[in-house]
Amino acid sequence: MRIFATIRTARRALFRNKIRTALTMLGIIIGVAAVILTIGIGEGAKAQMEAQIASLGRNVILVMSGSTTRSGVRTGWGGVSTLTVEDADAIRREIPGVSGVSPELRSAAQVAAGNQNWMPQILGEGPDYFDIREWPIVEGAGFTEQDVRGANKVAVIGRTAALQLFGGESPVGEIVRIKNVPFVIVGMLAPKGLSVMGTDQDDVLIVPYTSAMKRVLGVTTIRSICIQAADSKLLPVVQQQLTELLRQRHRIQPGREDDFTVRGQQDIADMANAQSATMRVLLAAVGVVSLIVGGIGIMNIMLVSVTERTREIGIRMAIGARGHDILLQFLIEAVTLSALGGVIGIGVGAGASKILELWKSWPVQTPVPWMVVAFLSSAIIGIFFGFYPAWKASRLDPIDALRYE
Amino acid sequence: MAALIQLEHLRKTYHTGEVEVPAVCEVSLRIEQGEFVAVMGASGSGKSTLMNILGCLDRPTSGRYLLDGVDVSDLGRNELADLRNQKIGFVFQGFNLLSRTSALENIELPLVYSQRSLSSRQQRERARQVLDVVGLADRAGHHPNQLSGGQQQRVAIARALVNQPSLLLADEPTGNLDSATSIEIMGVFQKLNDEGISIVMVTHELDIARYTKRNVVMRDGRILSDQPVAGRLNAAEEMQRLRAAQQAVQLAS
Repeated sequence: MRIFATIRTARRALFRNKIRTALTMLGIIIGVAAVILTIGIGEGAKAQMEAQIASLGRNVILVMSGSTTRSGVRTGWGGVSTLTVEDADAIRREIPGVSGVSPELRSAAQVAAGNQNWMPQILGEGPDYFDIREWPIVEGAGFTEQDVRGANKVAVIGRTAALQLFGGESPVGEIVRIKNVPFVIVGMLAPKGLSVMGTDQDDVLIVPYTSAMKRVLGVTTIRSICIQAADSKLLPVVQQQLTELLRQRHRIQPGREDDFTVRGQQDIADMANAQSATMRVLLAAVGVVSLIVGGIGIMNIMLVSVTERTREIGIRMAIGARGHDILLQFLIEAVTLSALGGVIGIGVGAGASKILELWKSWPVQTPVPWMVVAFLSSAIIGIFFGFYPAWKASRLDPIDALRYE
Repeated sequence: MAALIQLEHLRKTYHTGEVEVPAVCEVSLRIEQGEFVAVMGASGSGKSTLMNILGCLDRPTSGRYLLDGVDVSDLGRNELADLRNQKIGFVFQGFNLLSRTSALENIELPLVYSQRSLSSRQQRERARQVLDVVGLADRAGHHPNQLSGGQQQRVAIARALVNQPSLLLADEPTGNLDSATSIEIMGVFQKLNDEGISIVMVTHELDIARYTKRNVVMRDGRILSDQPVAGRLNAAEEMQRLRAAQQAVQLAS
């Protein structure tokens, strides 16, 4: 019924004091824009993180050698090489839920090709590695079980290393010298981008682990074992069995610490999430505080407005306005202020996200549900902070209000 | 049949600090349908307080006020608001129009707050009708600050009439107007009264009171005298006389 007339009245009252209306809304605009931008940055970072974690492969468990405690001195992970190729074979043989195993070695080494040289990561891996990491070979092929058995001098090259050593040329079939040992490049990998830790995953040269042990590094132990479980539900079981198997093989007495570390993909994801969650909470708190400050601004202006218009309220009451008509009128004014501020704030926030994305190339994502939440909370702020002034107006005595000068 | 207004031992006391100030005391009054009453008295005589009580803007401290047979003192805030909206039209000395709101929208306002819902088109139509009654049909879109005092008061009267009340209350309606415009306004009132609307008006001007049918004089919150008007003035005739006099002055100069 008269709700439309009331909205019209509110709109007119707000238009009458354009600058005041704009300044009051500014508080809400800044608050909402801050929230939208914060969430956008947070969601963008989260999506990027998830993509990076997914790039590790699915259901991956990493077993690392070390750390051991020797007379009280703890070495870091991989500080002592306790894992062997036999451990990896045992895992493959004895744990049923495992679908892929790759013994790993890792080292940075000087590599030369023609007249170029470069220092990529040298990875020693098994042939399963490319499947585990879901890392397709775009040119040529990966190495085989046979290459592993023969410790053949073959290598698969990552995009970054290929660019550094061969420029735009195709690297497949070319020779690279790793610590002066010549390797034939048999395949090139698809680019994978940055890792969770921010390193370039494409700056690699992957060789069979046997080749890495015998021909490059001259070691008999491996640094880690990359394992894939057949199903995500099997992960905890596999992790459990892995630990038991390795403790048994390494003859570790009950009560003593493991001389290896088992880490699931989830652990890595949790670690990364914990960092960004702290940041998100902090930024969200800033947004919420500015929204509340904006709400207080609205309350303040509405109180002033009620006082200024006491006489108008008296006139309206004298000709038959009920208390709730007056309440509704001022409440609608407050909600219009805050909701309009909310809409503009969403626009400003989304615009700022876009600018940040284009200018800083940050991955900013503003999900629509959050925009709806931002809008609703600004409207709720209007109701919350507008209620007291509106209620005060509705409780005025008509005769006092009419006499007010 | 019940009287339109029936006051029984009405009393209104204000508290100013420790002191009790009786504004109206022991007033009993009966006003029938169709009457045109002027309440007179010096300032502080309690006539405005009485008026506010009659208009359901204020409540008596004690005594009974029956409007159309209904005891008003039993009613709540919302019911009083509805009474002000439906039964009573109020005209103020200071017009009390909403500024920056057109004459037509000012007149529509009581319809907006009415419990009977009219469509906005019907509201507009009704507002135009009453604006025509007070002779301002051509000023519908004007804002109060674009109208003269007499025109503003006529807009206020139109607003008071829009819900077809049975009682029109006017608190010093000519207080801010010159004598010619005052006569004009009294003409409007006389016409409305002839059409059956009861009018109670507060004034301290004797000659204005002579346009009404009955004069109630108050002093110190009590009714001093209450008698019918002898030699009642007719606004149309007075207007003619005034014009003739003005013309004579112009010719002489």
